Amino acid sequence: MGKTLAEKILGSRAGNDVQAGEFIIPAVDFVYVHDGTGPLTVQQMKAMGIEKIKDPARSAIFLDHASPSPRLEHANDHKLLRAFCKRTGAILSDLGGGILHNVVSEKYAKPGDVIVGADSHSCTQGALGAFATGMGSTDVAVAMAFGHTWMRVPESFQVVLKGNLAKGVYTKDFILYFIGMIGANGATYKALEFLGPGTKNLSVAARATIANMAVECGAKAGLFPADEQTKLFLQEHGREKDYQELAPDPDATYESRFDFDLSRIEPVVACPHFVDNVKPIREVGEVKVQQVLIGTCTNGRLEDLQSAAQILKGRRVHPETRLIVALSSRKVYLDALRDGTLQALVEAGGIVVGPGCGPCVGVHEGVLADGEICVGTQNRNFEGRMGNPEGFIYLASPATAAATAIAGQLCDPREFL
Amino acid sequence: MKIRGKAWKLGDGITTDHITPGRFFHLRSNLPELAKHCFADVRPEFAASVKPGDIVVGGQNFGLGSSREHATIILKLNGVGAVLAKSYARIFFRNVINAGLPALIIDTGQIREGDELELNLATGQVNDLTTGVEMIAPPLPPVMRNIIGDGGLVEHIKKHGGLKIDW
Repeated sequence: MGKTLAEKILGSRAGNDVQAGEFIIPAVDFVYVHDGTGPLTVQQMKAMGIEKIKDPARSAIFLDHASPSPRLEHANDHKLLRAFCKRTGAILSDLGGGILHNVVSEKYAKPGDVIVGADSHSCTQGALGAFATGMGSTDVAVAMAFGHTWMRVPESFQVVLKGNLAKGVYTKDFILYFIGMIGANGATYKALEFLGPGTKNLSVAARATIANMAVECGAKAGLFPADEQTKLFLQEHGREKDYQELAPDPDATYESRFDFDLSRIEPVVACPHFVDNVKPIREVGEVKVQQVLIGTCTNGRLEDLQSAAQILKGRRVHPETRLIVALSSRKVYLDALRDGTLQALVEAGGIVVGPGCGPCVGVHEGVLADGEICVGTQNRNFEGRMGNPEGFIYLASPATAAATAIAGQLCDPREFL
Repeated sequence: MKIRGKAWKLGDGITTDHITPGRFFHLRSNLPELAKHCFADVRPEFAASVKPGDIVVGGQNFGLGSSREHATIILKLNGVGAVLAKSYARIFFRNVINAGLPALIIDTGQIREGDELELNLATGQVNDLTTGVEMIAPPLPPVMRNIIGDGGLVEHIKKHGGLKIDW
């Protein structure tokens, strides 16, 4: 019987054919945590009486959410995590390495992998054809210690894309539109599988934005096939040997099917305070904006920064608006330094922080004041997310964020293109 | 096993940011201190007023968002006896069971703030003693029954030396 991508990947790691609905214990190829979830993983492993981890070369700790440390508590957590890596041999990605999901995509994730991360946006690796999902710190401690975890094989939704995105429209607009349509729990426990001719011209970076946000409609995973785009990405990162072609079987069984013509997607935003509160920009009305964030695991890759720089180059950020560019990895930092992207963003009036999560999670580098509005390229706009329950967050593409920074209010990027 | 306590009624879409706001991120390695800020922006009186055995009652998609397991642990540290919701976000549901905190899926629409609830975890019976409404929650999948039966994931691993599931 034909298998979905989810069934194929999970079956290969469970050691036998699997079907949606089954409970299995698949082997895990890569496991990772960050400085917000890792300390609890370390503590729980100790509580379980476990000293060694199954595969140090496939276990990683990323200091990214509060790095460099803004307070002594975070600094002490970092110290604990460094010591854990030294003791166990796990990979340490320290200050400057970058945001966990972005670095894992660059360096570690492979098509066909099962990956678990102590962060809800671990689903990002689905862009590379890996079955990747977020779990809590204790579940991840078990995966790190034993090299496996228990899972229920999800049913899959078939999301068929055709056509190409119009100018000024990006995969961020598509995934926000999708989440707005299906709802924050519209895909709970499902694997989203993004298929069809419309995926062919989406780079892995563009796919990663979609995969990253799968969890925002409740999905367990957001999967793409592994194809020429995947091979190209791996080649660009010196990892061509990690490529394998991966696609669902033509006769796979999907629970639901959705069809989209990408050429019909328009720029949208997710309005406060929920990710599925999505509206086309043209319906939102005047929204004055005090802070713009460009970056994060959702939209912090080089092509994201380039799409923002394209709009900001030669222009100035509005005098009443702050532009924060939070870099996502050391590689992106260097690439953007070398190709003029950062220069354009800084000359326009932006500041550059990171690599790291920056203000996205409310810890540092751009907490909002009471009543302030931020338009950001991140994946979550919950009340209090950026450190102030009295702040307001709109989610958008990097191009929309850039246009907004210039206008000082929410702005359709096509006005500048 | 029976649990009895007062219902703390919350609406749909309670996020883990609501349970453990980002501005308290630095307290994640000080869970007793973090617990004092549980629901800080939704029910600010919660941490100071919650009694052992009280029951947190959510609506749809309870616990959506961040995977921060600290949210489930601080509910337990605050003495919450069980969580009820119409539906749960996936990661949160695993985390609450891992924390050894019973979670049942039930139509919570009829439960009101302050109602006295009595739960029978073995049978799934949920009785609202204040209104007389009686409901039955479906059983958890076997793997989750194993984990919560052992008192949580850490206890399960310690007891069995690894994952031991009675499928």
